Amino acid sequence: MKRIYVNEDWCLGCHLCEYNCAFANSGMADMATALKDKPIYPRIHIEGNERISYAVSCRHCADPICIKSCIAGAISKADGVVRINNEKCVGCLTCVLVCPYGALTPSKSGIMQKCELCLQNSCGEPACVKGCPNRAIVYEERGEV
Amino acid sequence: MKQYVIIGNGVAAAGCIEGIRNVDKSSTIIVISEEKYPVYCRPLISYYLEKKTELNRMNYRSEDFYDKMNCEVIYGRKAKHIDSSSQKVILDDRTEIPYDSVCIATGSSPFVPPFEGLETVKNKFSFLTLDDSLALEAAVTKESRVLIVGAGLIGLKCAEGLRDRVASITVCDLSDHILSSILETDCAAIIQERLESNGIRFMLGDTVTRFENNVAIMKSGSSVDFDVLVLAVGVRANTELVKEQNGEVNRGILINDRMETSLSDIYAAGDCTEGNDISIGTKRVLALLPNAYMQGHAAGVNMAGGNEVFDNAIPMNSIGFFGLHAMTAGSYNGEVFEEKEENRLKRFFIRDGYLVGFILIGDTERAGIYTSLIREKIPLDTINFELLKKVATSAAFSPETRRKKFGGVV
Repeated sequence: MKRIYVNEDWCLGCHLCEYNCAFANSGMADMATALKDKPIYPRIHIEGNERISYAVSCRHCADPICIKSCIAGAISKADGVVRINNEKCVGCLTCVLVCPYGALTPSKSGIMQKCELCLQNSCGEPACVKGCPNRAIVYEERGEV
Repeated sequence: MKQYVIIGNGVAAAGCIEGIRNVDKSSTIIVISEEKYPVYCRPLISYYLEKKTELNRMNYRSEDFYDKMNCEVIYGRKAKHIDSSSQKVILDDRTEIPYDSVCIATGSSPFVPPFEGLETVKNKFSFLTLDDSLALEAAVTKESRVLIVGAGLIGLKCAEGLRDRVASITVCDLSDHILSSILETDCAAIIQERLESNGIRFMLGDTVTRFENNVAIMKSGSSVDFDVLVLAVGVRANTELVKEQNGEVNRGILINDRMETSLSDIYAAGDCTEGNDISIGTKRVLALLPNAYMQGHAAGVNMAGGNEVFDNAIPMNSIGFFGLHAMTAGSYNGEVFEEKEENRLKRFFIRDGYLVGFILIGDTERAGIYTSLIREKIPLDTINFELLKKVATSAAFSPETRRKKFGGVV
């Protein structure tokens, strides 16, 4: 399975991935309408310190503890992609309590969201990768985590 | 071909089915379900009352789950006995079901103290099952005054669920603070304030001495008039099937890290068990959904001849009330470090150089990073814990660890 990986030596910490992610998942046609002057809810986020920065998104683990822990049976994995069923999630945050990567965040509505590789949104391929100005984020095959 | 029997049809049973099928695709699986429903999400029964979910969204697995897993489910029957010598499960209609291995996933039952006059109360409920929730829904009206006995997780989620459906809710508990099984007093006060500002009334350090129809006479001498009573004092693990076969039982059915009971070919998983809690190093009942699934899965794999251990269980809870979230994990026995602001609190418990527990209120972002420090027993001198106390971030790990975690170029 191809996954999103970040090379922290190349990441500039520009946060563009967060904006591209939020836009790709907004369901809107125009980026300004979707994001301008609004709080954004990206599924990837930049972490780091004064020396390094890197983008964190779902690892689509081989043995995902979020799925085992979800009290609503809302998380599942098919074809290598871990997905959240918005209809079932109740926003209890148990997945946040167990994910060792910190890859899940609440959406605007309080329902949880995470990277689903842009396979089902308007972008069709990971928007963070496509828009990374320094090619620090890549989408490639490296074997299971 | 073997025959596996699973007693119970909750989340531990679902884990067990999936565990068995990981190893053995074809042998017979028979599930004995006392409740008449396919596996559903028990913790959602309060969200149902709150109208945050609906019945058709509360199923834990897809509609074709049992078909896909090739399982037979016997609904509406209870396993009365296990005969471990002849390897049979005996149901309440005397049907005998032979097994090669069996998993006991019988959960727990409400514990109801012998209150004087309880029999005079007409509208009384427990709050553990979907049927409890449906019965409670049918019993309340906008005019109902509800008394909930027990300010634990079950009682308070019930209160939150009922708030918009009833006239008033009073919660009493013998403890001087709410959520006493998972929160320290000052943390509980923050949550209590949120509940009170949403109209829930508390009578703490007080309990019912007797009921007279629709009046509860309290130990303090006061009395509470109510229309609907919810008893949420606590639960007890359903251990009888193992106990009567002289298997090892404490508060729950004792299991090892392979989910084996002391009886051969008998496994157990979920709320009916007592397994290792690595945050205290001894066995205890950890009645939590994630543990139920993971125990069930391990039991299933091992029943089918595979080898899986579940050896890093800790207590952990994520619970929110009216938009304020709290998370707790591990043990609170250790040196305390904390960061505190109004309505936000991070309290960490450190013992012998390891994080053993935490309480987070308000600020719960990326809390799983803390949980992983406990479960994976990561020595704190190998990470930047000073940074972590302020914010949960993998920036606190060494670059090598982080690159390994995120699969980056080393």
